[in-house]
Amino acid sequence: MSTNGARLDAAYLRPGTSSFAEFLASQAPQLLPRGNGDFTDLAPHGTTIVAATFEGGVVMAGDRRATMGNIIAQRDIQKVYASDEFSCVGIAGTAGLAVEMVRLFQTELEHYEKIEGSSLSIDGKANRLAALIRGNLSMAMQGLAVVPLFAGYDLDRAYGRIFSYDATGGRYEEHSFHSVGSGSMFARGSLKKLYREGLTQSECVTALVQALYDAADDDSATGGPDLARRIFPVVNVITADGQVRLPDDEVAQIADTVVAARMQRPDGPAASLT
Amino acid sequence: MSMPFYVSPEQLMKDRADFARKGIARGRGVVVIQYTDGVLFATENPSAALHKISEIYDRIAFAAVGRYNEFENLRIAGVRLADMRGYSYDRRDVSGRGLANAYAQTLGTIFSSGGEKPYEVELFVAEIGDAQGADQIYRLTFDGQVADEHGFAAMGGAADVATAHLAEHWHDQMSFEEALQLAATALGRNDAGDRTIPARDLEVAILDRTRPQARKFRRLADEAVNAVLTP
Repeated sequence: MSTNGARLDAAYLRPGTSSFAEFLASQAPQLLPRGNGDFTDLAPHGTTIVAATFEGGVVMAGDRRATMGNIIAQRDIQKVYASDEFSCVGIAGTAGLAVEMVRLFQTELEHYEKIEGSSLSIDGKANRLAALIRGNLSMAMQGLAVVPLFAGYDLDRAYGRIFSYDATGGRYEEHSFHSVGSGSMFARGSLKKLYREGLTQSECVTALVQALYDAADDDSATGGPDLARRIFPVVNVITADGQVRLPDDEVAQIADTVVAARMQRPDGPAASLT
Repeated sequence: MSMPFYVSPEQLMKDRADFARKGIARGRGVVVIQYTDGVLFATENPSAALHKISEIYDRIAFAAVGRYNEFENLRIAGVRLADMRGYSYDRRDVSGRGLANAYAQTLGTIFSSGGEKPYEVELFVAEIGDAQGADQIYRLTFDGQVADEHGFAAMGGAADVATAHLAEHWHDQMSFEEALQLAATALGRNDAGDRTIPARDLEVAILDRTRPQARKFRRLADEAVNAVLTP
């Protein structure tokens, strides 16, 4: 890296890539999120992320728990991040690597936007994220996998889209809803029964909070709404107007309603049999 | 065998400076104006795709006159430097002064090295702070000199006329609308007479302190410029 006061390094002036990750790899590979050795139990793991589309956009929510083995490493970790104005990424897996990967991804999108003067298409963003995950493959094989969920609003087609990944960088588009992380099986089962076409934004947020509750109910690594400490899921909503992280009191209100209903029926809303 | 003529270092530098100055004066000017909520950049640029004003980082923007390929090269280098520093340290650690220094060293080295043609560019690097008093505007010339500007500045073709106009009308309590109107009239000033530049030919961008996002740079669409400039 060029130091303060010195002439710009030749690499900075060289015409070519608008990818920050590639530039970083050539100039300062030591800053890339990767390493060597077996660290399986060294770092905290993030757990469940859920996302669903609704009429006019997409919502992503994540619980707040990070675990190290059977220990709760953190109660209020943030696992859903805005990657730019119209997309967000939720991370499950090794928290340290995942947060660093999100930072690189955010810089990557902003860097492209500044250099090219226009944003990447949502498919372009999803592919760049796949490339970053693939770069982490050697770490994934040592037990430090990062498996994000990516969601964004497609400005060209005017609807929300969701992409899931595997540890090798495989990219799969999901329809309607999806979930990743240790509690994802339970969350997905829950969403199967709760999700339907044409949900409004607030219904969609409620469905996701219900799904996280179900995940926390059956998966010890997923944190449910923490009523004593008032810690609630992080919920990001993306529409044509851009992205907002729902304010805590708004999520708290929905979570309180969900928890109150569970007091009556702990298994959550019943779906009809036919 | 013919002997090369002796050229004194003074003459050599003067020739190089004249060469660069001529190239810069051919282009259209850029003005930068400080107003209460930030810093405004404006230039006459009929192209909607090839920008002379750009975002570098959260609070830092860049404007240039001269040869497009040369300042585009410097702009990309600046974005890379800023993103590299922000990624390896923190977003708050990227400063306009650091960027201006890097540009100054680069331009200075190129200017005084015999092997390279001097860059025919002049740059503004502006950074906004939390209050008007913390805003900074740097002017970088083709030979690597850095000047700290206060309130307003102009560069490129007819810069002296524009500067005189700005000096006469600028005050430190300008609103965004006043700043844009002043910028448009200053760019229209010319030795040959004044003219009105149509809004669609103006490239206008601001660093806006009041923006809630971390990235304060905003490019203004033609309609927005038109709405302010239409009496």
